[in-house]
Amino acid sequence: MFNKSFLSITLLITLCCVFNVMVASETAEKVPAKFEENKHCFQCHSQQFYTFDNPVSEKKERKAMNPNFVYNPQEFYKGVHRNFACTDCHAPEYESFPHNAELRLEPKYACIDCHGGDPEYEKYHFEAVEEDFNKSVHATRHSEDFTCWMCHDPHSYRPMTHGDHTITEIVTYHNNTCKRCHNNSYNFQLISDSLKPALESIHEFLPNFELHFASVRCIECHTSELDTLWVHHNILPKEEARRNCVECHSSNTVLLGSLYKYQNLEVRKSRGFVNSAILNEAYLIGANRNEYVNLLSFIIFGLTLAGIAFHIILRILKK
Amino acid sequence: MSEKLYLYPIWLRVWHAINALVILILIATGISLQYSDANFELLKFDISVTFHNIAGYIMAINYLFFVIANFKTGNVRFYRIKLKGLIKKLIKQANYYAFGMFKGEKTPYPITKDRKFNPLQKVTYVFFMFVIVPFLIVSGLALLFPEFIIPRVAGFSGIQLTAMLHAATGFLISLFLVIHIYISTTGKPISANFKSIVNGYHE
Repeated sequence: MFNKSFLSITLLITLCCVFNVMVASETAEKVPAKFEENKHCFQCHSQQFYTFDNPVSEKKERKAMNPNFVYNPQEFYKGVHRNFACTDCHAPEYESFPHNAELRLEPKYACIDCHGGDPEYEKYHFEAVEEDFNKSVHATRHSEDFTCWMCHDPHSYRPMTHGDHTITEIVTYHNNTCKRCHNNSYNFQLISDSLKPALESIHEFLPNFELHFASVRCIECHTSELDTLWVHHNILPKEEARRNCVECHSSNTVLLGSLYKYQNLEVRKSRGFVNSAILNEAYLIGANRNEYVNLLSFIIFGLTLAGIAFHIILRILKK
Repeated sequence: MSEKLYLYPIWLRVWHAINALVILILIATGISLQYSDANFELLKFDISVTFHNIAGYIMAINYLFFVIANFKTGNVRFYRIKLKGLIKKLIKQANYYAFGMFKGEKTPYPITKDRKFNPLQKVTYVFFMFVIVPFLIVSGLALLFPEFIIPRVAGFSGIQLTAMLHAATGFLISLFLVIHIYISTTGKPISANFKSIVNGYHE
């Protein structure tokens, strides 16, 4: 009796220890590589205000941080560069404070500077993305200052379409990327002298504008149909944007080749629905008809008409 | 010459005319939306959406008018169904349409000032006017304001379910329309019932 209880307790304790070790090692893995090192930078650069010891006045001073240099550590550690130290991309001289003013003039890396030609990142097609981007209005109508970073903040960028994200999450994330400038006058005028037009008024031809913006990405209509990239980067001039409703609202909807190509193949099982992949998260008028229901409705309607025709014939014959 | 009965007051005829027009618009635009295709467009998609929405609002307001006017004028009494012997009456009327009228029999439930509809008409009208049409209107309004639709219902998208039920009830209404128009031709002469709904008199 005693031995059995002792054995059970020993087994339970052992299992708990093994489980704890597993959880601990998993947690340890999740801590970003340069977490401790970056704390020093985030101490000021995650705050709106920072304090420092002024060696000249010999006083502790409180200053407002330039909002363009405030970063959210939580977003940074969710991002694709989470295991980087700040000084992997920025000059090591930034570690001392006050920062040397000339450091601000240092050139910034573009995606291709690190990822170009690297077989490890081949599946992301950085070269093709750059080529595609160079055709877009972002490249042709702006100077070379319009870099990848204008849309993809390296301090928080997440490759949404390569992760386990829902279509709604992908749409929200990608559209927020566009809205950061196209729905924000301050950011818009960082690169343009013209006034930012209101998104609502330039899209007023769309019925239920808000639902469209929540369900599909801006790039569904604003990129080239010929774009074969995983995420389209050739942003077209506004005159060339898609305006024909049936390109999406039809059985051969273009959305299957763009937004819904990220769906797992498993969810594409039809159960009679045309474009069933879309049905997992949305309903698209004209694109989600059910073949069986269609057939049934044609049969019922046909039988009704046949019945009426038969009745008419009998009425004529028996007149 | 049979007795003239004033059965369809002006408010009812106006409601019927508006309803007929918007139903036709809704069916045409609804089919166009449901079967929209880049290679073949029955009607332009954006025009269909606009017309479907406007016609839907008119139908909803018109239906509200129909319900209020029915209760206000007492016309609702023609829709009261007596359950006792209903099945027998329905079979009798169906038999008339299927066989009796070809043998020259008289209609078993002729129109009088107290009986505007035969039992089969009455059950059909009650089912459509007080079950199907309200459902169609509510589901249509829900699709106009999808933010009020429950996002997930039993693992399905709420919008998808609402849209499917809306299309299914729309389909039933289109079946009703075809049968309703055909049955209207069974008057004597064929045009009698069409004249009645225009001038209000049943002869």
